[in-house]
Amino acid sequence: MSSAILSTRALSKSFGGLRAVQEVDFELPEGEIRALIGPNGAGKTTFVSMLIGRLEPSAGSVVFKGADVTGLPAHARVALGMAYTFQITSIFARLSVEENVALAARRRLGRDRAAVAAEVDRALGEVGLGPRKGQVAGDLSYGHQRLLEIAMGLAQRPRLLILDEPTQGLAESEIADFQRLIRALSEETTILLIEHNMSVVRALADRVTVLNFGEVLAEGTPAEIHANLAVQAAYLGTG
Amino acid sequence: MSGARRALILHAGVVAALFALNFLLPAYHHGNLARIMVLASYAIGFNLLLGYTGLLSLGHAMFFAAGMYGMGLSMRYLGFTPGPAFLAGLAAGAAVSLAVGVLALRTAGVAFMIVTLMFAQAAYLVILLAGRFTRGDEGFVIRQAERVFLGVDLSDPGNRYLAALLLFAACMFLMLRLIGLPSGRVLVAIRENEERARLLGYDTFAHKLYAVVVSGTISAAAGAAYGLLFGYVGATFASVQYSILPLLWVLLGGAGTLIGPLIGTALMFYLIDLSSGLTSAYMLIAGVVLVLITLFAPQGLGGELRRRLWPWLP
Repeated sequence: MSSAILSTRALSKSFGGLRAVQEVDFELPEGEIRALIGPNGAGKTTFVSMLIGRLEPSAGSVVFKGADVTGLPAHARVALGMAYTFQITSIFARLSVEENVALAARRRLGRDRAAVAAEVDRALGEVGLGPRKGQVAGDLSYGHQRLLEIAMGLAQRPRLLILDEPTQGLAESEIADFQRLIRALSEETTILLIEHNMSVVRALADRVTVLNFGEVLAEGTPAEIHANLAVQAAYLGTG
Repeated sequence: MSGARRALILHAGVVAALFALNFLLPAYHHGNLARIMVLASYAIGFNLLLGYTGLLSLGHAMFFAAGMYGMGLSMRYLGFTPGPAFLAGLAAGAAVSLAVGVLALRTAGVAFMIVTLMFAQAAYLVILLAGRFTRGDEGFVIRQAERVFLGVDLSDPGNRYLAALLLFAACMFLMLRLIGLPSGRVLVAIRENEERARLLGYDTFAHKLYAVVVSGTISAAAGAAYGLLFGYVGATFASVQYSILPLLWVLLGGAGTLIGPLIGTALMFYLIDLSSGLTSAYMLIAGVVLVLITLFAPQGLGGELRRRLWPWLP
């Protein structure tokens, strides 16, 4: 499909004898919000780690914006327009909130201090952390640290944003804000979302891909997936 | 007033104070301070790696010695005058640090410490084995007549002091500039969380290599200047002791602070100087002070200054 911003062909990863991801063919059209779900240990994080380049695949290929990026290191993929937010919050805890986001913006904007400052204000404004700009990032509450992660993603202006369990540990009110943010964001960027919270998936995702035992079990709209018996069996552990 | 401005004023003030001391200090302390400033320049180079990039090298003596021998050997065998010889020292330091960096940065953490230590030991042994040229442990003297740079006799105490101050100020302001640049901010990001920095799109290997080369070259500048100003080139300066000393100076003064290397070097120098007048077990006193600092000011004296008084301290 020519409109796919990201695709994989037979992407596989083995750890010793364990085949964590097996021959996954995956296509993500530009502009879509795609949710990636599956039971614990289904290979979701392993799969996206290969997309961004944190893990080297055992076999298969990753194509981003029409170019094979399988051999590129993570930083080069980010330079091409991918961004990744960590499942376990990974910020620069001893630096200020402002510097955290500035680091994300600076790779793209370089020495243009005014442009970096404007981008920092915009990204922090979008996630509602503007007033906390001067704080040390490690002093923020957990929910605010998650938002800072997302602001760092935004400041990179990615073409594809990969969010690894972004709502984990957030309060209900924070999740509502998060959904608004992602919907606004999807105007300009493609989003791949690993998510456990099915109400978030139903509210946000255009389509859902289900991984189980490292393989694609099903793919479809949230309603189709909800009705899919195989998916239910995988989650409930029967069948 | 902005933090950057305050920092500039503070560090310019330090240089001005050091300049004033040139006219005030008695001969003994005047000579000491010249030595301290050269060694503090070495510590500044070391601090770029440990304090700002978070890489602990245990082999910096090889960079210090590369500068010293690059300078000394080019004078002795190629007839270089002090200017070109100093540049030869810089080039030797840059080349050695590039080669070591490319290899050692394939490792991280404890392995990086061990690899740099091993490279430095190898460099030390090379100096001893090439004794026919380097005169090994004994070393060689650079004669007073050879230490005249642009008509200035560098062996004269006044000139020597000013040359040391010039080197120190150049290293410190270069560092102030470098850590303010976007690339300098990336080094701090690598120190704080390398994986995150990589996934923000920064080539962390290239940035770390840059830090190793700049750090090694500054250390080499200090080594070359030390040989020129004090007229002696010897293998002691390549020994493991000279790899550990900058670590102690920087930890004592405050890793990741610009002013820390000077504070730490001066303190350690005088600690050893004074305590060796009292007892032959002077390293014991130095050790106790280091333990106390680690307990009560784990970020060094510069780090304490930043925590308690001047949060803007770069």
